[in-house]
Amino acid sequence: MQILVFIETDGGAAVASSWEALGKALSLTDQVSALVIGENVGDVAAEAGSRGAKTVYVIDDASRALFDLDLYAADASNVLSQSEADAFLASHTGNGRDLMAAVGFDLQAGVLADCLDLSADGDKLVGLRPIYSGNILVDATTSGPVQLATLRPRAAAPAEPTGASADIVSVTPAAVAGRVEVQKVERAEAGEISLTDANVIVSGGRGVSKDPELGFKLIGELADTLGAAVGASRAAVDAGFIEYKHQVGQTGKVVRPDLYIACGISGAVQHLAGMNASKVIVAINKDSEAPIFSVANYGIVGDLFDVVPAMNEAAKGKL
Amino acid sequence: MKYLVCVKQAPDTAELPKVKAEEAASGELSIQLVVNPWDEHALESAIQSSEDYGGSVGVITVGGEKAIDALRSGLAMGCAEATLIEDTEADAWGVATLLAAAIEQMGDVDLVFTGQLTVDGNSGMVPIALARKLGWPVLTGVAKIIEVTDDSIVVERVVGEARLTVKTQAPAVLSVIKEIGEPRYPTFIKIRKAARVKIPTLTASDLGVDAPAPVVQMDNYRKPPARDAHVQLFDNASDLVDALLAEKVL
Amino acid sequence: MDFAFITEHEMVQKTVRDFAEKEIRPVIGEYDREHKYPHFLLPKMAELGVMGICIPVRYGGAGMDYISLGIVSEALEWADASVRETIAVHLALNAMTVFQWGTEEQKQRLLAPLATGAKVGCFGLTESGAGSDVAALKATARKDGDDYILDGEKMWITLADVADYLLVFAKTDPAKKHRGITAFMLERGMAGLSTGAIEDKMGVWASNTGWIAMNAVRVPARNRIGEEGEGFKVAMSALDNARYTVAAGASGGIRAVMEASLRYSQERETFGKKIAEHQLVQQMLAKMALNYDIATLLWQRVGWLKNQGVRNTRETSQAKWFATEAAWEAASDAVQIHGAYGFSAEYGVERYLRNAKGAAIYEGTTQIHQLLQATYALGWRRDKPLRCELPAYDPEYWQE
Repeated sequence: MQILVFIETDGGAAVASSWEALGKALSLTDQVSALVIGENVGDVAAEAGSRGAKTVYVIDDASRALFDLDLYAADASNVLSQSEADAFLASHTGNGRDLMAAVGFDLQAGVLADCLDLSADGDKLVGLRPIYSGNILVDATTSGPVQLATLRPRAAAPAEPTGASADIVSVTPAAVAGRVEVQKVERAEAGEISLTDANVIVSGGRGVSKDPELGFKLIGELADTLGAAVGASRAAVDAGFIEYKHQVGQTGKVVRPDLYIACGISGAVQHLAGMNASKVIVAINKDSEAPIFSVANYGIVGDLFDVVPAMNEAAKGKL
Repeated sequence: MKYLVCVKQAPDTAELPKVKAEEAASGELSIQLVVNPWDEHALESAIQSSEDYGGSVGVITVGGEKAIDALRSGLAMGCAEATLIEDTEADAWGVATLLAAAIEQMGDVDLVFTGQLTVDGNSGMVPIALARKLGWPVLTGVAKIIEVTDDSIVVERVVGEARLTVKTQAPAVLSVIKEIGEPRYPTFIKIRKAARVKIPTLTASDLGVDAPAPVVQMDNYRKPPARDAHVQLFDNASDLVDALLAEKVL
Repeated sequence: MDFAFITEHEMVQKTVRDFAEKEIRPVIGEYDREHKYPHFLLPKMAELGVMGICIPVRYGGAGMDYISLGIVSEALEWADASVRETIAVHLALNAMTVFQWGTEEQKQRLLAPLATGAKVGCFGLTESGAGSDVAALKATARKDGDDYILDGEKMWITLADVADYLLVFAKTDPAKKHRGITAFMLERGMAGLSTGAIEDKMGVWASNTGWIAMNAVRVPARNRIGEEGEGFKVAMSALDNARYTVAAGASGGIRAVMEASLRYSQERETFGKKIAEHQLVQQMLAKMALNYDIATLLWQRVGWLKNQGVRNTRETSQAKWFATEAAWEAASDAVQIHGAYGFSAEYGVERYLRNAKGAAIYEGTTQIHQLLQATYALGWRRDKPLRCELPAYDPEYWQE
């Protein structure tokens, strides 16, 4: 099996979860190539080689500085046919998902979307797909001219740099006109950790309601100490305690950190669907009967307004 | 300006854990079905846009006869018309093909709204495939409608951790996220009308298309293994931090 | 026979249950604890169409049927009795009375703003010395030219401080006892009219309960609802409508505590097993499920009779008696199942217990309903036709 892996770039740097897709591909076959599209992405292409891709197809052009689906899909289709890969893999980011959907539909090839794992059955790619918001698992395969898949962030170990180098194949950008004009780009503040990439998440729920501002300040301080991202339950978001982008759960983000600390979150099924794949779950809740304790590994029955600052102090002393 | 919202009837999120493997395999669920929550936000933003910029909103779905309930919810929120495409076999590409055929048949749709994801299929593929089939641009992760004109739209998108303000031509397909606005409640007056309206039902042959055969095969439906967590409780934060350090997750 | 809801009933139920879950449940415990009336819900309920759900569109309502009124009551009391009380009082006791007894001019002038929710109504029958014994009421109305002059005090009046339109009962002919009672619509701002709140109550803390004082309030004759001396019949017919919402509401209360009990009993473990596995707990759960169904069937029968335009005083009284007592029992059992957590205010089931007691007292105590049922059973009581019956539901007329 030959696999082509899409290495997504942003501002000339690789999107970290792309290396996980590359790592997964390398665990399935040694016939792995990479596709790098962007502007000033020579370093990323070299890094893809160092991390194990045998051939790296590069489209480096000012018109590709930002992800544009029309352009990227045309480029990817060209490279796919040029490379003769029989599988095409990306990380399931927003852009990765869009690209795979477009290429897949254009070729009438199936996409194994948002897989938790991928395996090879001969030349057949088998995706472990969560459906019904993680409540059902299936083994999915595709028919069609090429097998496409996206891998959920943090579902696989990233490919590590080895110092190897790849054949770099420079590809002419497809002659397609874009239809979307980007008027403004606001990037996340430097140092802000994305929920989907985070190793550690500290989340707050309705339990902060007696003083939401203070509650999320304490949660933020603990997150800073632990190098963690800040999450929230839907209840906290709907009550206006914190912005939607922090929401973990069914209508927010699905996360799988090594450590998830749920503070004042009761554990509604919609929330559990977003975080119960976390490696270790800690529950801090006043109510010892809260459902969150039934999925937690560790817990403290107590008020988050006392426990969270105490944890922060303890962690500062020990880290 | 004509808006069309593509919705899917999906399980009530509170009941999702009750879905059994064999039900998921057959597609015959015993739990409560509602409008996919992401699509409710699409309904809200399309209706809100029609109020802000003029025009009318239609709602469409692909599904079985029961999916009419999802369309009635759209009508009760403020959509003016509804269409059911009756098909229970189509996968993402099939659904996109059927929707595209219906949209082409309507001929006057300017903007298609849909939710970014369904809570059952979880792939998020349909809005992009629909746009490809129609040859229209697609904007996913739409968090805010900034301006609608006769032939263009400006929106704010969330892509990863970044927010982008983008403009594209109409007609176009948009997939929205919750941030775009909480769905309004239906009013009883609209419910009354929605409950009584006769909703036209189309089939693939009415639309003159063959829905492509599914290209994704799913097998071995199963419940995920239960988390084997037995909670260990601590009295103080310091002991908890020690345990987390011992687990090597800090 | 057909026990199934039609599509619009299902849609109304889903909408108002969603509303109760998202808009009322998350905050009502706090309003209850702080004895605050949730004013913010009124415009939201008006937007939905709750404030005049079963009133024809021509008079500002949503044009739905009487079963929908029951559905709304059930869903609201699932969140809290105080919110359902608002509908019982504003809509069933006040607006529906104008719809049933009012002249066309009154329907245009008084009913339409009530049905849209632009104005809020309350119902002033009870006095400190006259509850179930309506004939004992002391408030008077004296004719003066084209007006009436009202004097007296009303007690235990829900929404007394909130209402714009106050439907008040007073004696125009004290010698004739209950045949001398007449109904008047008072409007906030009339000289001599004042209201106040009653603070200390066992339950329904999020409800506004108060008194009305009338000190020579001049009310124009065009605000008289029904004829002189017809007030007792007006009041009793109003109670048929309100008791229906109380019955449906009580079934919603049963559903709330049953859900809580079913959940808790499958989480909590004692003696090495879930408490739901203990047979004495199962007995309580079974009783809740049975009583929820009985209460539901009883109120839905009343809704059906109302839709047909059939007099339903007997059936309404049965539904109200049964459902409110069953709600009290279910709430009491729910507190028992929750143990110490049930007794603590944090879990909220004790709120249903406190609220349930009120419903077994207002709108006819359990004992009054028992007496009424005995006289029906014995054949000593037969309802006579009223000059103005509540009109049968006619979708064409309601929605024109």
